[in-house]
Amino acid sequence: MTWDWQVFCKDTTSGDAVQGCFGRGGDVTYLNWIFSAWGWTLSVALLSLIVAMLVGSLMGILRTAPNKWLVLLGNAWTELFRNIPLLVQIFLWYHVIPSIFLVLRGVPSFVLVVFALGFFTSARISEQVKAGIQSLPKGQRYAGLAMGLTLPQTYRYVLLPMAFRIVIPPLTSESMNIVKNSSVAFAVSIAELTMFAMQAGEETSRNVEIYLAVTLLYFISAFAINRVMHVVEDRVRVPGMIGGK
Amino acid sequence: MKRTVLALAAVLAVGVVQADTLAKIKETGAIALGVRESSGALAFTLGDGKYAGFHTEMAQHIASDLQKQLGLAKMEVKFQPVTSQNRIPLVQNGTVDLECGSTTNNAARQKDVAFAITTYVEEVRIAVKANSGITSIAQLNGKNVATTTGTTSVQTLRKHEKATGMDFKEIFGKDHADSFLLLESGRADAFVMDGQILAGNIAKSKNPADFKIVGEVLSVEPIACMLRRDDAPFKKAVDDSIKGMIKSGELAKLYDKWFMQPIPPSNTKVGLPLSEATKAAWANPNDRPMEDYAKK
Repeated sequence: MTWDWQVFCKDTTSGDAVQGCFGRGGDVTYLNWIFSAWGWTLSVALLSLIVAMLVGSLMGILRTAPNKWLVLLGNAWTELFRNIPLLVQIFLWYHVIPSIFLVLRGVPSFVLVVFALGFFTSARISEQVKAGIQSLPKGQRYAGLAMGLTLPQTYRYVLLPMAFRIVIPPLTSESMNIVKNSSVAFAVSIAELTMFAMQAGEETSRNVEIYLAVTLLYFISAFAINRVMHVVEDRVRVPGMIGGK
Repeated sequence: MKRTVLALAAVLAVGVVQADTLAKIKETGAIALGVRESSGALAFTLGDGKYAGFHTEMAQHIASDLQKQLGLAKMEVKFQPVTSQNRIPLVQNGTVDLECGSTTNNAARQKDVAFAITTYVEEVRIAVKANSGITSIAQLNGKNVATTTGTTSVQTLRKHEKATGMDFKEIFGKDHADSFLLLESGRADAFVMDGQILAGNIAKSKNPADFKIVGEVLSVEPIACMLRRDDAPFKKAVDDSIKGMIKSGELAKLYDKWFMQPIPPSNTKVGLPLSEATKAAWANPNDRPMEDYAKK
């Protein structure tokens, strides 16, 4: 086959090539569109990541608390969200739950997918945070409490600083996964990269070029997160502790 | 290392496959038909590797005509399911010899592949709830309009907005069933899509009387079988076979079977009578692209 990269310079309504490849005055080319789609992908991924980190850490901590009801809550949350396939969860949030609670119909699908993806990933982060805390010797917790620290203080100053450092590598994978998983947002009508690929591919019949460009943008996004996390890992390294030099 | 380079070169070379399909069929004693899994009554799967539908059955007729023409005592007909994303590359690289599903013949695609004569003319229409009072696209300004990602209807709506200054709140379903659910649950006021897909979804719904297809035809698209470019003998053989079916009334019989009679798997009728546009395409067999239809 022959390559036709000019496809990105075409106007999305007329199909005519545009000078300079970026449309002006309300005209949109496929190049404009792919960047806007990239923006949607990054917005969904980063906001979901914030939700996932907050909720996941909270649930992970609860699962190690010395109270069986809190442990039960954390376990129930984790098992609920990691045992249902992501696309099914999106379908439940989008079609099923709003038909039971009519108020939810007014919620924009962007908010919905951020929470759906955030909660799904929070189950996985909860598992990792729990594992991080449990990997510390029991004596650490007791030492903190024996020093006269309250339980929250023990977590804040003794356990979590070490647990989080230990789980940075799996958290990196999870953060990269969220970029790739954000592709399910196309199912709830978010104009992100996967939707762009399907739609622009159909309109231009240049699926190979379109998918290659989209693949590259996904790779760049996930790899950027990988590098950022690498820097974080490097900066928070403490001599004498795991991962330290 | 050298071997890898050679292997890579071989993979790339598949792109320029020999264009003599008839010779290939004769040599291998097999034809690969590209089929669709959910293109409404045009082409769909029944599961278990079984494929049915108007264009699927027509392709089987074409295959048996080719077998007669080539004088083969035995010919294997292989079904290769394809999607909107991979159908053109698969025809180009020779995985599929003839793809009959729901492919629109347009000028952009004609640069990559050839099309047999048009056998079905699709009209993009609007489905609404029967009690909505909507009868025209003009009433959809500012309303929620559902359509399916990866279809030309998305572009049709975009063009319509640009031309008329209207503003639709578009909701994109991930597949036709999803888009129809948006209409059924009231999230969307209308579902804009190919007429036969709308008719099929309405026929399969819980209460078909609740929905109707209204308004003007938004876009006209000739649907045809797709084959490799620059293979005149193969194209002629396929076209002749289709022309034969038109002449003998076989194609009209197939249309009646798939669009007017109850069809599997649910034994419901699509109930979409033969359109004037399709009749005209049969009366004057041609392979004109979609752009020619828009000019009229």
